[in-house]
Amino acid sequence: MEKPENGGDAVSMIGRALPRVDAFERVSGSAVYTGDVTLPEMLYAAILRCPHAHAVVKKVDASIASRLPGVRAILSSLDPEAKIKLPYPWWVPEGPPMLLFDTHCRYAGEEVAAVAAESQDQAWEALRAIKIEYEQLPFVLTAEDAVTPGAAAVHDSGNLVRPVDIYQRGDLVRGFAEADVVIEQTYRSSCEIHAPLEPHVAVAHWNGQRLTVWTPTQAIFNEQKQIAAALNMSLSAVRVISHYVGGSFGSKAELSKHTLIAAILSRKTSRPVKLALTREETFLCVGNRPANSITIQAGVKKDGSLTALQFTNLGSVGAYADWAEAGGGLGLYHCSNVRAQETETYINAGKARAFRGPGEVQCFWALEQVMDELAHRIGMDPVELRIKNLITHSQVNERPYTSTGFEECLRRGAGAFGWREARSRSRSGGPLRRGVGMAACQWSVQGGPPTTVIVSLLADGSVTLNMAAADQGTGTKTATAMIVADELGVPLEKITIEQGDTGTAQFGKPGGGSHSLVVYGPAVRAAALEVRRQVLDMAAQELNLPVTDLAVKDGRVGPANDFDRATPLAMLQGIVERQAIIGIGHPAPDPEGKIIMSFGVQFAEVEVNTRTGEIRVLRLVAAHDSGRVVNPLIYESQVFGGMVMGLGFALTERRVLDEKQTGRMVNANWHDYKIPTAKDVPFDQTCIPVDPHDSECDSVGVKGLGELGTMPTAPAIANAIYNATGVRVTDSPITPMHMLRRLASAKQDT
Amino acid sequence: MVFARRLVTPDEVPVVILIGRRCGEPSELCGGNIMKRHRSENGQPGITRRGFLGSVGAGVVGVAVTGTMAATTAADSTDESCPSVALVINGRQPQVAVEPRDTLLFVLRNKLGMTGTKPGCERGECGACTVLINGIARYSCLTLALEADGKEITTIEGLLNGEKLGPVQQAFVEHDALQCGYCTPGQVIAAEALLRKTPNPSIEEIREAMSGNLCRCGAYQHIFRAVQRAAELRRS
Repeated sequence: MEKPENGGDAVSMIGRALPRVDAFERVSGSAVYTGDVTLPEMLYAAILRCPHAHAVVKKVDASIASRLPGVRAILSSLDPEAKIKLPYPWWVPEGPPMLLFDTHCRYAGEEVAAVAAESQDQAWEALRAIKIEYEQLPFVLTAEDAVTPGAAAVHDSGNLVRPVDIYQRGDLVRGFAEADVVIEQTYRSSCEIHAPLEPHVAVAHWNGQRLTVWTPTQAIFNEQKQIAAALNMSLSAVRVISHYVGGSFGSKAELSKHTLIAAILSRKTSRPVKLALTREETFLCVGNRPANSITIQAGVKKDGSLTALQFTNLGSVGAYADWAEAGGGLGLYHCSNVRAQETETYINAGKARAFRGPGEVQCFWALEQVMDELAHRIGMDPVELRIKNLITHSQVNERPYTSTGFEECLRRGAGAFGWREARSRSRSGGPLRRGVGMAACQWSVQGGPPTTVIVSLLADGSVTLNMAAADQGTGTKTATAMIVADELGVPLEKITIEQGDTGTAQFGKPGGGSHSLVVYGPAVRAAALEVRRQVLDMAAQELNLPVTDLAVKDGRVGPANDFDRATPLAMLQGIVERQAIIGIGHPAPDPEGKIIMSFGVQFAEVEVNTRTGEIRVLRLVAAHDSGRVVNPLIYESQVFGGMVMGLGFALTERRVLDEKQTGRMVNANWHDYKIPTAKDVPFDQTCIPVDPHDSECDSVGVKGLGELGTMPTAPAIANAIYNATGVRVTDSPITPMHMLRRLASAKQDT
Repeated sequence: MVFARRLVTPDEVPVVILIGRRCGEPSELCGGNIMKRHRSENGQPGITRRGFLGSVGAGVVGVAVTGTMAATTAADSTDESCPSVALVINGRQPQVAVEPRDTLLFVLRNKLGMTGTKPGCERGECGACTVLINGIARYSCLTLALEADGKEITTIEGLLNGEKLGPVQQAFVEHDALQCGYCTPGQVIAAEALLRKTPNPSIEEIREAMSGNLCRCGAYQHIFRAVQRAAELRRS
């Protein structure tokens, strides 16, 4: 694989399927996750949560609880700390205040009080002894209800999160007039919970005026900023440590109340405090993918050109401000006449958080089924319809993409899947119906500053890499280490990574939005190149050779054409004198006037049992353009994992709120909220990397992968179900019951 | 006493699913026994999540406890009659004083400091806490420490030979059968249990044996490959 620009002497690592650099820790049980941290004298805390969907706290009586054995501190709305505000993360515009303990509780699960005690059991027992008097209020649980006149108001300002957003280009009326076929369909997607395997947890420890917090997060510096703002501290007084993150998917990207509560309890007691959420709590209060209802009206000519797209989205963000927009994916296809309207409402449920492919998963659930339907109506192959409407620039600001591997994804994916043959296969008439479907997606990635990383070459030729980057399983540590290894000619085993600690790392961007490697790859490369430059200058002087003749490899430096004469790095006088050669690196700004866009296409084959409504996904093929593939093994993990998550979105996952009576979430556990298991995923999964050899996106040639893997899976499965049964299922998840109902109503219609 | 304490509303909601027991109470209803019964009935190498849920569905533990009951039976924090158990963990025999309600998971992590075994749900749904008990995969969150008295327990740490990885661990590394790594100790143990009983498993046997362990990162495909590879490594 060629390199985008001249750097090290040999590209020996990049592109190789190497095991993770931290695999040993992760398979041996020696990786220390936050929940594994135990400090001397540590207390355990727990949170009392409002059982009502909407209520006002009238009275708090903690008199009994405070006298129970082991109880060291109680916090509730009676305390001055209750008024502390949880700041919004920078990617969410300021919304209504999120008070630590608000007497006005806006969802079942909102924090009401907290206890720190000598043991976890004592903390839980004390919670039970706190008596709260509530006045219950009417609640609203769906966006549709929230915008109905007379609906219960979640906030005094009403139920709209922000004014209805309307985007428009071209002439919609003309566009529809030009169309040969116009369709209108409404797609609903259920609220999905991130549910990473590691429950959210924080350990907080005050030391005089300074606070150290261990917590799993994708964004240590954002966490630091939010904590400092909430507690009115300086940034440098707050240290956030997050070495291992046991899955996140967006739910650990922003500060959670429990972390602040642990910090305040620690300050009150002068003891370290651990606050671990239970699995059930993680279903209620640490984010979700909002439910959306999307209506698309689309016009297409017989030749396949899209003439008009009208997109109307109604989504609910939960009880506090976040995003329920979904129109971001509309730019996937060329269309001159577009109108997108987004309405986002508050409801009495837990707040949304960014969730892998935020907004766009919902967008493509609708758009990609609409494309399938259009292809069907005009008798065109769905792959061809997409190629027909392909575009290589943004239609919002006319900026070109640095590269567009979309067509190659479509063609190579179709080839690997055997798309034509599979589509032309005859359908059996029995109860088991097989079908195939496909769907596509795109995701734009923002790299660039501010981020600083440090690479140090030590006197013995080994290397340390210091960066903020989170590695929640994404492989960022491994990929960046491979880049350093290439530039400095050192084996991976000689590179040690320090990351995820604001106390040791320099400021770095969060690991999210598929941009970890787009930010940290170039930064690490720049730092390694800076080390390399210094070593070469030093060697040139000491060995009396021109820099251009020198190579650095395997801990030695010497003439490239006669490397046997190379000198160990440790023997260079300059290194002996300094003991470490430091390189500081930053990512260059994103290319001016251009957009970095990744693409993905997935194909699915399913079997629908028309008697039971059961759906089996038999195989999945993904073809993704995320730029250069640094490590194909981890690349594959990311894509397969994304598809499994998409399968859950399509078939099983749904937050169920008790709409008729209590307003509570009734399936806040993995028994009733079903994520895919080993028996639900197809054994036959394939992924094909498409690399357009992008030399503009950044200095490593990577474009970002994380979100892609999960975005087209669900619509590809739904389209395959349509292909199998002739029934278009518009609502997620497509449970057996749901499938049977649709089959029955389709039968009635005919 | 309640040990599935996941109540949003401890004082009002009638939704406790699993109940533990006090010292001296019969243990019919405790989760650990249900697990044990299920496993011994079907003789499977390691309980599956579905199998376990099936037994829940059959009404074995569908016990509702009202808020008042939950409050009155709330966890006592100390119990002077607490016995000491002799656990055989990874070949060593630590003597630990346990409370009757202590789960094996709690004892491993909080009393013995062995944090390789992970809590994921603490109600037998995810398998992150899977350990081997007499060679069979068990959810340590649903196993009382008392039940494990005298039995041979193997945790993820026990699969290491010094700093050398065991064959299953090695195969997981080679095939990148993990992402965030949090479910990995449980997955590795479940695979170990399978291979001890079925050294040459079919794909369907692998799926079945691994179906009691959730992975939200979705590493299943690589896990299947790793288990096949581990079978090879163990044979050689």
